[in-house]
Amino acid sequence: MKPTDISSPDYFHKVVDCQWACPAHTPVPEYIRMIAAGRYADAYMVNWQSNVFPGILGRTCDRPCEPACRRGRVEEQPVAICRLKRVAADNKGDVSHRMPPIPEQRNGKRVACIGAGPSSLTVARDLAPLGYEVHVIDEQKKPGGFIRQQIPRFRLPEEVIDEECGYILDRGGVVSHQDRRVDSLKALLDEGYDAVFVGSGAPRGRELDVPGRAEAAAHIHLGIDWLASVSFGHVKEVGRRVIVLGGGNTAMDCCRSARRLGGEEVKVVVRSGFEEMKASPWEKEDAIGEGIPILNFLVPKQVLHDNGRLTGMVFEKVAAQYDDKGRRQLLPTGEPDVTIEADQVLVAIGQENAFPWIERDSGVEFDRWGLPKLDQATFQSTNPRVFFGGDAAFGPKNIIWAVAHGHEAAVSIDIFCQGGDVAQRPDPEVRIASQKMGIHEWAYDNAISPDLRYKVPHIPPEKALRDITVEVELGFDREMAYLETQRCLNCDVQTVFNAKTCIECDACVDICPTDCITFTENGDEDDLRTRLKAPAVNLYQDLYVQDGLKTGRVMVKDEDVCLHCGMCAERCPTGAWDMQKFLLETAKPKAHACHSR
Amino acid sequence: MSYLPKPKLHHPKLPTNAIGLTRRDYEGAISTLCAGCGHDSISAAIIQACFNLSLPPHRIAKMSGIGCSSKTPTYFLGNAHGFNSVHGRMPSVLTGAYLANRDLVYLGVSGDGDSASIGFGQFAHSIRRGVNMCYIVENNGVYGLTKGQFSATSDWGSVAKKGAINTDQPIDLAAIAVQLGATFVARSFSGDKEQLVPLIEAALVHDGAAFIDVLSPCVAFNNHPGSTKSYDYVREHNEALNKLDIMLRRDEITVQYAPGEVTEVMQHDGTTLRLRKLHEGHDPTNRASAMHHILERKAAGEIVTGLIYVDPDPSALHEHLGTVTGPLNALGDGDLNPGVDALEAVNASLR
Repeated sequence: MKPTDISSPDYFHKVVDCQWACPAHTPVPEYIRMIAAGRYADAYMVNWQSNVFPGILGRTCDRPCEPACRRGRVEEQPVAICRLKRVAADNKGDVSHRMPPIPEQRNGKRVACIGAGPSSLTVARDLAPLGYEVHVIDEQKKPGGFIRQQIPRFRLPEEVIDEECGYILDRGGVVSHQDRRVDSLKALLDEGYDAVFVGSGAPRGRELDVPGRAEAAAHIHLGIDWLASVSFGHVKEVGRRVIVLGGGNTAMDCCRSARRLGGEEVKVVVRSGFEEMKASPWEKEDAIGEGIPILNFLVPKQVLHDNGRLTGMVFEKVAAQYDDKGRRQLLPTGEPDVTIEADQVLVAIGQENAFPWIERDSGVEFDRWGLPKLDQATFQSTNPRVFFGGDAAFGPKNIIWAVAHGHEAAVSIDIFCQGGDVAQRPDPEVRIASQKMGIHEWAYDNAISPDLRYKVPHIPPEKALRDITVEVELGFDREMAYLETQRCLNCDVQTVFNAKTCIECDACVDICPTDCITFTENGDEDDLRTRLKAPAVNLYQDLYVQDGLKTGRVMVKDEDVCLHCGMCAERCPTGAWDMQKFLLETAKPKAHACHSR
Repeated sequence: MSYLPKPKLHHPKLPTNAIGLTRRDYEGAISTLCAGCGHDSISAAIIQACFNLSLPPHRIAKMSGIGCSSKTPTYFLGNAHGFNSVHGRMPSVLTGAYLANRDLVYLGVSGDGDSASIGFGQFAHSIRRGVNMCYIVENNGVYGLTKGQFSATSDWGSVAKKGAINTDQPIDLAAIAVQLGATFVARSFSGDKEQLVPLIEAALVHDGAAFIDVLSPCVAFNNHPGSTKSYDYVREHNEALNKLDIMLRRDEITVQYAPGEVTEVMQHDGTTLRLRKLHEGHDPTNRASAMHHILERKAAGEIVTGLIYVDPDPSALHEHLGTVTGPLNALGDGDLNPGVDALEAVNASLR
């Protein structure tokens, strides 16, 4: 293999599994260390810089970082990254003075953001400090979009939404137009904005199409609409027996909301198997914990009704079959149909994009799935003045993806408004610095905690089910949070090897607790992977290869399960190994106006 | 040195051996030796060898004297028996333990100061008596604990860190062990585990006095130009006699070699030592050939490593003395006090 080029930002970035997996590339280990040190406000600002909504995401994020977490590969469970984020938000105190100043002097450019959801607000947050006049236009009375309408209060208190939307909308530079619906893109473009960002979400719930649907319509609701009605207080009760259709997080929110509004027998029914459900494992766990059974491999067949009153549903039993190409099909098993009695049905089987307000002659073209044709990197549509992000861009995803889209779109809009080429993306900011302070002293805490993952305390279920506005999770207290932070392996503190000073004494090989390091004859990657001290079977993880050793061998380090404990560097007599902190921040518009420093 | 213990987390694919232990289960406390010390590599090789042999740690007794090398038993086999004895007296303590309990596996760990100076006589007599043990000398040619004076194994003409030149002749412990009647003698290098681990395995299963001289560079005081025991010097002058494959009873023998290329030596426990010849004219089962080779290659400026000599039919002290077949702690009251009739019989035999 060729020696690894560690000067490429991607190499070490990929080693920081959590940050690499985060769509917004939040520097996770950096803020976890700050939480450990009790620097909650600093930790909050590191998050705020990257993901804009730390308090909201600390409760609701889909956490792509956690399945990626290296800790999950060396013991049972990953670090509770998401809930540590909440700890930073809960304990930060007043951070308003740390926010970037909004300049009195405007730069003369006006940008409209359609929708006040996470992607639009991210664009506004990124552009306002640069002097842009950002107009956020939203049909609801309060900002937040999906966050406010569809996430139940027992998971996310309204004060948190108010606070974090406030950091964007209430500090100047942003003009908020709530309660205003955009019915025509052309009309909006005619208002003379320099750029328009469409962050209007995926507002339409997918319909259920089975016999009886129309007749029993009064007792069947689309999940996202129903959740919004609950959220705004229009719906205060639900039938005694409720069926929730669907296996995503919306279905989980529906069933748990129904339990709190008087639903005694609430059942979730999914087409697929339990394992393949789209809902996050912890959401399923919480639902089951509240006495909600999840019935799988059942396909809706018919709605039963009696003079317009819904009485139940019939389901066909199916099983997963895989064809030659490994594609899954759900085929009827031939067993008798299953009838479930119910008074109400909530349909949460998916969401769709809808752009009835975008004229087909507005210059914005759509693909055959009804999604706008976009440049994947710049989020620019076929009308160069119009950019998309969030669920409106590539279909329903989640908050953290919406934020990531917002950042990229903001970069594009900034370049576009300044007359640049949006395809020329700015580089991320990367810093790398040795952590060595003494022979065996490091600027980071390199001891490895043996603790297993701490569980976030919940309020007792009998209390939780009584009131839909009571937050179920209590969050970690400071002590528990500290213990959980210690489980972080500091994957951003990189092992950096210098072959010139290595004397090949094997000290690093002998001390490495996870057998990552091997000195051997070079070969191609497939061959090398089998010849290491422990076979490198995780092909997604890179091999770090350096040549230039006296014996002509190469040093090969399998990054897969490195604990970043620094033992190799501590035991190295010549300092050939060093532990260096790698900090990467993705490019933000114009020289990082939103920097926490 | 490190203050933190080595993390307990290990590679998820870490294999287990025949008795269900991982290699990590054979470790001890974290080393407090200087970073880069060759001794730590030898500890790692001992750990690997014991793991490979599936030895139950509690059936091993590790003995040592005084010195950097003699500290190392703390850093491996944390669940074995251990005795850190007086300077140079490890062989006597080991002999005593072996006489009391012949069922344990004995591992003597010593250094060039401990075995070639203060304990030279102890070393010699334990070897010539045929104590069933694996005696490892971690040989760095320098007194590391007292800041780098020449030891008795320093080569004539080698240069100390501060520039002094050694004018004394060195003791070659491996040559002496051959001459004293050790039934297994090897030399190796801490920086070559591929060679060292099988040698330690073979020595541990050898039923007799097995001796291994392991060159182990002292990074702090003897790893500079002019030293003959530095990483660079040993790598440049290392002349391996053979390549040892050790085949345990359960291993299937699959690779075939042409006649003359290999020497196979069956050990008492059924383990086969297969030696792939790298050097013409050296017969590892012939003591005279072994002596000849050591002297000849030394004269040529080379460091002979590998299995130098092995007696295919070794015997050990307990057989020589005709002692009881089990450990003394397993003797019951009846064995220890056989009664008046037995005493009468003994007395009668002496009349």
